[in-house]
Amino acid sequence: MPIVLEHVNYIYGQDTSLPVYALQDINLVIPDGQFIGIIGHTGSGKSTLVQHLNGLIRATSGRVLFNDQDIYAKDYNMRQLRSNVGLVFQYPEHQLFETDVFTDVCFGPKNLGLDKQEVELRAIDALRKVGISEEYFKQSPFELSGGQKRRVAIAGVLAMKPQVLVLDEPTAGLDPRGREEILNQIAVLQKETGMTVILVSHSMEDVAAYVDRIIVMNHGKVMYDDVPAKVFSHYQELEQVGLAAPQVTYIMHKLREKGLFVRDDVTTISEAAEEIARCLEISP
Amino acid sequence: MSIVKTEKLTYEYIRRDEDGNVEGSILAVDDVSLDIQQGDFIAVLGHNGSGKSTLAKHINAILYPTGGTIWVDGRDTKDDKELWNIRQTAGMVFQNPDNQIIGQVVEEDVGFGPENMGVPTPEIWQRVEESLKAVGMYEYRKHSPNKLSGGQKQRVSIAGVLAMHPKCIVLDEPTAMLDPSGRKEVIRAVRGLNDVENMTVILITHYMEEIIHADKVFVMDNGRIAMEGTPREIFSQVEKLKELRLDVPQVTLLAYELQQRGVKLPDGILTHDEFVEELLKVRVGG
Repeated sequence: MPIVLEHVNYIYGQDTSLPVYALQDINLVIPDGQFIGIIGHTGSGKSTLVQHLNGLIRATSGRVLFNDQDIYAKDYNMRQLRSNVGLVFQYPEHQLFETDVFTDVCFGPKNLGLDKQEVELRAIDALRKVGISEEYFKQSPFELSGGQKRRVAIAGVLAMKPQVLVLDEPTAGLDPRGREEILNQIAVLQKETGMTVILVSHSMEDVAAYVDRIIVMNHGKVMYDDVPAKVFSHYQELEQVGLAAPQVTYIMHKLREKGLFVRDDVTTISEAAEEIARCLEISP
Repeated sequence: MSIVKTEKLTYEYIRRDEDGNVEGSILAVDDVSLDIQQGDFIAVLGHNGSGKSTLAKHINAILYPTGGTIWVDGRDTKDDKELWNIRQTAGMVFQNPDNQIIGQVVEEDVGFGPENMGVPTPEIWQRVEESLKAVGMYEYRKHSPNKLSGGQKQRVSIAGVLAMHPKCIVLDEPTAMLDPSGRKEVIRAVRGLNDVENMTVILITHYMEEIIHADKVFVMDNGRIAMEGTPREIFSQVEKLKELRLDVPQVTLLAYELQQRGVKLPDGILTHDEFVEELLKVRVGG
């Protein structure tokens, strides 16, 4: 179920003397099964962009196609789209509200009008996928740790069985291990189910380590759209727009300046270690 | 001179069921004794739920110890009469900039603190100017806070605390919600306060890169201080930190991975330059 954006514009205050382009002429094709990262400074339009993908925000002009169907068409089933494209907002744990974990995760599928058994099966499956074991099912979600709460909130979206999962900064405020656990689980999920995953993040290291493709947003426009190594080769341009490359990319550039001819299109620690070891002629 | 001192500081949450019966208790801070000197740059690390924020909230008397004592600039926080003195001595900056800014205009927001303290108007303006200059936000003084980036908002929050002329500033994950340049701006501003103004800084963070210049690092686990030392001492212990759900800076991790492959690098490399220098030595030597 690919998503296609054609000439999408989103303008705040269009009828005023100071219209603001939150999105300007966005053209994107999001095919099935990709793991995509979206990066951009605060206010670059990342969140506005992802809210177009399930119709939460309606473009001022342009088209959004889901599975070749125009989502702005008159009889389009927007409700169906919202369960196909699951959106996990920033700090999703603030949206937990039920008395126990299991009931909270059941809320979404129950609203889809599924029967009780199906709802519960989905909730169990979703909680398993995010690594919340059964002992927590009857606990109040408010008594869990920050990382656990967030995983329960993600399970709530997964229980809707979306084909596309969009996560807006899922790791903000978590400790390093918590970050790694959530991202690993999402990566496994993505591989197992072939789901499309779109990750909005401020951590260049996380994006570099997990995604196949990076979309860089700047002032409402797509600045780069490529594989991580290519995108981060523009590290100087990225810095000018409030971003950066992963730390290791800088280290590799410095090593080259000093005459150690390592490859500089390296974006993760393990790649870097391997590349440096190769240059030092140390067999792994 | 000691600015924050704790002795066997303990904080216990009592959990009650719906009828108000005691269900159990959690020791969020457990027997912590530490001594922070005026002018120190202190970093506090620890996984979610390790007690960092609970400890921090004792420093400006948002929470009071259930056991032990904390003195801020020599004042026991349990002494009610000292409450305002303590809050003016130790200012706090929190994670979400949007929850901390109240003014319609940047300079008005920064002036809020001193105004509440009853500072005479001409001096308020002077403090606002100094504080905004200290965090590099003076040129935005007439702007609306809504239109600022996350990093700029957070620097305005810091200026708001500075305008109260504290001796110590406590920052609880001030960069968690910011983009890379926002993080850099905030950390640069904080380091400037410490270096130039000799302000005591207590920085709580999950970003290991931010604290490589700290004088001292405390690592918390289960309400206790699990490790303490210089950044180099702390970050030399990669395995121990991972057990505590933490990490090391990327460059330290890269050096560690190379050590595992037999490259003879020293422990606890903290900066890119240091790494490059040591690696080139290895190459010449090897």
